[in-house]
Parts: sequence; structure tokens; C-alpha cells
Amino acid sequence: MTTDHASAAPSVTSGGAAPRHDSGKADGPPSQERKRTERRSRWYRWDLKYSPYAFISPFFLFFAAFGLFPLLYTGWAAMHQVSMTNPNEMEWVGFDNFSRLWDDEFFWNALRNTFTIGLISTVPQLLMALGLAHILNYRMRGSMMFRVAMLTPYATSVAAATLVFAMLYGRDYGMINWALDLVGIDPVSWEAGTWSSQFAVSSIVIWRWTGYNTLIYLAAMQAVPNDLYESASLDGASRWQQFRHVTIPALRPTILFTVVISTIGATQLFGEAYLLAGSENGGSQSQYQTLGLYMYETGWFNLHLGRAAAIAWTMFLLLIVIGILYWVLTRLVGKSNGEEA
Amino acid sequence: MATAPVIAPNTRETTDPPPRGGSRRRRAGRAGRAGGHLRAGWLTYLILTVFTVGSLFPLLWSAIAASHTNSRLAETTPPFWFGGRLFTNLEAAWTDANMGTAMINTIFVAGTVTISTVLFATLAGFAFAKLRFRAKNLLLLLVIGTMMVPPQLTVVPLFMAIAKLEWTNQLQAVILPTMVSAFGVFFMRQYLVQALPTELIEAARVDGANSLRVVWHVVFPAARPAMAVLGMLTFVAAWNEFFWPIIALTQQNPTVQVALTGLGQGYVPDRGVIMAGAFLGTLPLLIAFVLFGRQIVGGIMHGALKG
Repeated sequence: MTTDHASAAPSVTSGGAAPRHDSGKADGPPSQERKRTERRSRWYRWDLKYSPYAFISPFFLFFAAFGLFPLLYTGWAAMHQVSMTNPNEMEWVGFDNFSRLWDDEFFWNALRNTFTIGLISTVPQLLMALGLAHILNYRMRGSMMFRVAMLTPYATSVAAATLVFAMLYGRDYGMINWALDLVGIDPVSWEAGTWSSQFAVSSIVIWRWTGYNTLIYLAAMQAVPNDLYESASLDGASRWQQFRHVTIPALRPTILFTVVISTIGATQLFGEAYLLAGSENGGSQSQYQTLGLYMYETGWFNLHLGRAAAIAWTMFLLLIVIGILYWVLTRLVGKSNGEEA
Repeated sequence: MATAPVIAPNTRETTDPPPRGGSRRRRAGRAGRAGGHLRAGWLTYLILTVFTVGSLFPLLWSAIAASHTNSRLAETTPPFWFGGRLFTNLEAAWTDANMGTAMINTIFVAGTVTISTVLFATLAGFAFAKLRFRAKNLLLLLVIGTMMVPPQLTVVPLFMAIAKLEWTNQLQAVILPTMVSAFGVFFMRQYLVQALPTELIEAARVDGANSLRVVWHVVFPAARPAMAVLGMLTFVAAWNEFFWPIIALTQQNPTVQVALTGLGQGYVPDRGVIMAGAFLGTLPLLIAFVLFGRQIVGGIMHGALKG
């Protein structure tokens, strides 16, 4: 009936479809019939060609509107003086906001704090996660129960977790000082000291993310072929040696992944420092003010949105530099180890 | 407290697609390998128990503290068991600290964000996994790249925008910017690449299905387990969204995290009420963890393996 129109149809597939659909009403005039088939095959081709773009467009439209555009506009705003009280009036100041940061001791303080808090929260966290994942990989009972329990802090919001920890770290009635008193240690004024407050902030981060990283490592460890361990143990390798020489090398990409993710997280650390005492300056001496918090204080408490934008872009550039650094490092490590990327 | 009802001794569901609702366990078979190459000794259990207690204790303690008066919490020895003030404090948190409005707002926000994220991520993930189009790899790289952009980089322009639109304190201000997620797209792509046979799509096309029908009748059914996991992860993230909401909203119309920030800033000086608020704001997710903990764990591990 539809003659041999296969050449007009885009592929065999729609050619197969046409007869079935038309079989019921095949008695129409042939020219109309042909036109309909043509229209359908054109629509089919059109559908095949453009539907992928239709499927990805919601994501990219939203991303363009609420991700890419704001990202670039932050850079533009960083070149202006913008007040939070009247955010739609911008005055061009060039790189003033950036050069101001250079001379700003609070900025350097925040940068330093971000670095030290990032270090004392990330390193122990990942090391513990690695160890925990290793023993969770043993054959055991209740493995899933342990995993779920260790992941619950991940479900706890920054705000809720910090409120609870702030109470636990309380100077006068906090449980931690009470416990220290039991073993004869004088109460610590956690929030007031520099190291103690940064330790407190880091402990919240560690509490919330260790379980998550444990699961990531565990997933990677389960993908390591068992024969590697078997041959290692045949060679007389101890548990520690197996961990050191089989597990760790196999996990290198995963470890890098978690290091990168944790670094990004540490750079933008905000809520834990903000809510430890509920003040935007990060302690009376800004002793635990992070870059994220300093940006918030600058923009929404000191009302300088332009300078806040400059801080945000500095954080972004910092992340890019760190990213390049990691990339170079892995390249070097990879080379020194023969292969592996 | 939040222990999972199902205990899974020897499985490796992580490398399989994330398990669905009440899926049965496959015992034995690969079980020998499953739990790992070494048997756990008492020390292992001890260490894991210590970390479990450490993970759960702050949450448990927030519930305990929420059941005491402010003056009881100001005694030198902290309470270790529940007192009788739990419901008084919860009620105070609900009304005085605006947690009631906050919970309803957050359910709405997180619900909307979850539905749109899962829907758009599945569509885009399907396109990246199974369809051919121009600049595909470049666009996928862009998706991965956007996962690295910190929220601080977008809040200044977004704030200027909502100031202009007079959207401050309105929920669409916190919903719209989080309607899609790059992680979600990547997650769905990784899942669909292996879980959706290309022949199935071709067969549907042979039957004359257009792209929308293919999505509806082939992609969605195949993607359902991953959609469920992504939905849960997105809901958790949306519920806990912090930085942008505290800028866009105030205590008049808060989400849970905004209301908790108000508590942290001392709007209500009663510690019992503060802890009640913290507990209340976490409770829905804790319940979700008790019910779906296994699936969430599986989802994170599954996503990690591919990420």
C-alpha cells in the first residue's frame, strides 16, 4: 500500500511502523496517504534530532540562569561598590575591592582560619574513614546497621548539628567539660580560644562527614578483586601489608576524589563557624571566622555586597589554584609510580 | 536509636543497581566474597560500636536535652536520661521558634525541589547516556564542572535579583535556584548507561514510539530505582540547604534551617527549646533513615563507585 517509500523514511524502524498504523484506514486516496507518511517521517527525523536537546535543556536553562550567570555576574559585581541596602545601584570601582582585600587583616585571618580548620577537619576525617571502611569490609554481622548508623550524621543539618555541639562544648554546663572534669582536667573555654574553637568547629565537620566518606571508600574497596588479596596473603603479607600495598594503591583515584570534595567543602565552610556562637564575626577575636563567614559578614552585616562578591571570586580562584595543584601532584605521583593516572 | 530494621550481613548490593523498597536479600552464593576477605574479630566490633555510639550520641542527647528545663540543663552534671518536658519544649519550639511554619515550608520546598531535580536529571541523564547529539561530551564535561562551583559564588547576584523582584521571604526564591542538580544528571547518566539496554529503546522506536513515549514507557520504568535513590539524596540535601535560605528568607517565613539559625542566634534563650528545635528539625530525616537507610547507603555507595 504505502508503496515502497522506504527511501523517504529515515530508517527501517519507522518503515516497520507505518503499515501497522495505517492498516485500518488504508482506503484513503494514495496522495494523501503519502503526504501523511512523509509528514510522519519528517516529524520522526525531527524528533530524533532535537529531542536530546529538549531533554537536556531544562537542566542547562536552570543552570544558565541560576549558576553560570550568577557566577559571572559575581565577578562583575566585584568590580563595583554595591550596598546591601540598595543592591541595584552599582558604582564602578575596578579592582578596588580586590586590592582592599589584600590590605585587609580580617581577610588574611579568615583565609588562615579556613586553611587550618580545613586541615584539622579533613585529614583526620579521611584517615578515620579509610580505617573504618577497611574494617567494615571484613566479613561480619550487622554490617548494614553500622553503615546506616554512621551515615545518620550526614542526615543531620549543619544548623542542627552545630546547635547540639555548641551545647556539648559549652564552657559552664557543657558535657565535654563535665567529662574532662571527671578525669581532672580544668574546664576549657572552647569557643573563646583559637585552637580550641577551631578544634570544635572541625569536630562538627568530622562528625557529619566521616560516615559518608567511609561509605565511599568501602564501595571502592569492595570493587578490589579478591585474588589480589589472596595472592598477597600467599606471599605472606600481613593484614597491614595488604592494606598498605593492595588496598591503598587500588583506592588512589577514590582517595583523590574525596580529597578534592573535602577541599571544596572546607573552602566554603560556613554554617559550623556561624552557629557555634551564632555570631557572624566568628568569635570575639574572629578566631574561627572562615572565608565563607567573612564573605557573609561583609555582604550582609557590613552591607558591602561588592566586596563580598570579591571575596567569593577570591575563593573561586583559590579553588582553581588548588585544583591545578592536585592535578599536577597526581601527575607527579602517577609518574613516579610507573603508570596509573 | 536510628538503627536500621533490616540487617544485611553478607551482600554487595553496592555494585548492583540500588535495591528497591522491600527487595529480598540474596544470601550465600557470592556471600563468601561479599563481606570482604577477612573475618571480623571482637576488636572490629568494638571499634565500630564506638563509632556508632559517637555518631548517634549527639542526636540522642539533643532529644534528652529537649526533655529538660533550662535550669536543669544549667546544672553542673548534665542529664543522661529523659525528663518530663519534652512535649512542652517541642510545643514551644513549634510556636515560639516558628518551627511549625518552618516544617511546612520545608516540606513544600524540599518536595518541589526533589520532584523537579529527579525529573530533569532523569531526562538529561537519559540523553547523555543513550542518545546521540552534537557537543555531547563537551556538555557532559560542563555538567561535571558545575558540580564544583561553591554556593558563595552565586548568592550576591541572586540576592540582587530577588531584591529587585521583591521575592525576599518568598519560597520561590529558595526553590528556583535549586530546581536542577549537576550531581543528579551525572548520577542518572551513570545509572542509565548500564541499566537501560539500548535494544529496548530501539524496539520501542520500531513500534513507532516517539521520544516522549520512549521516556515514559521505557526510560522511567528502567530508571525507577535510581530515581528513588536520587530523590532521597535530593530531599536530604534540600531539607538541609543552609546558605542561600538564610540570605533569602527571614524568621517571618523560615525554612527549618533558617528557624534553627534563629535559635542559634538566641531568639529563644531556653536551651531545652533550642534542643527541641534541633531535634524536631532533624526528625523527618531520621525517620526516613530508619525506613530507607539501606537504600540511602546503597545509593551513596553506588554513586561513589562511578564518581
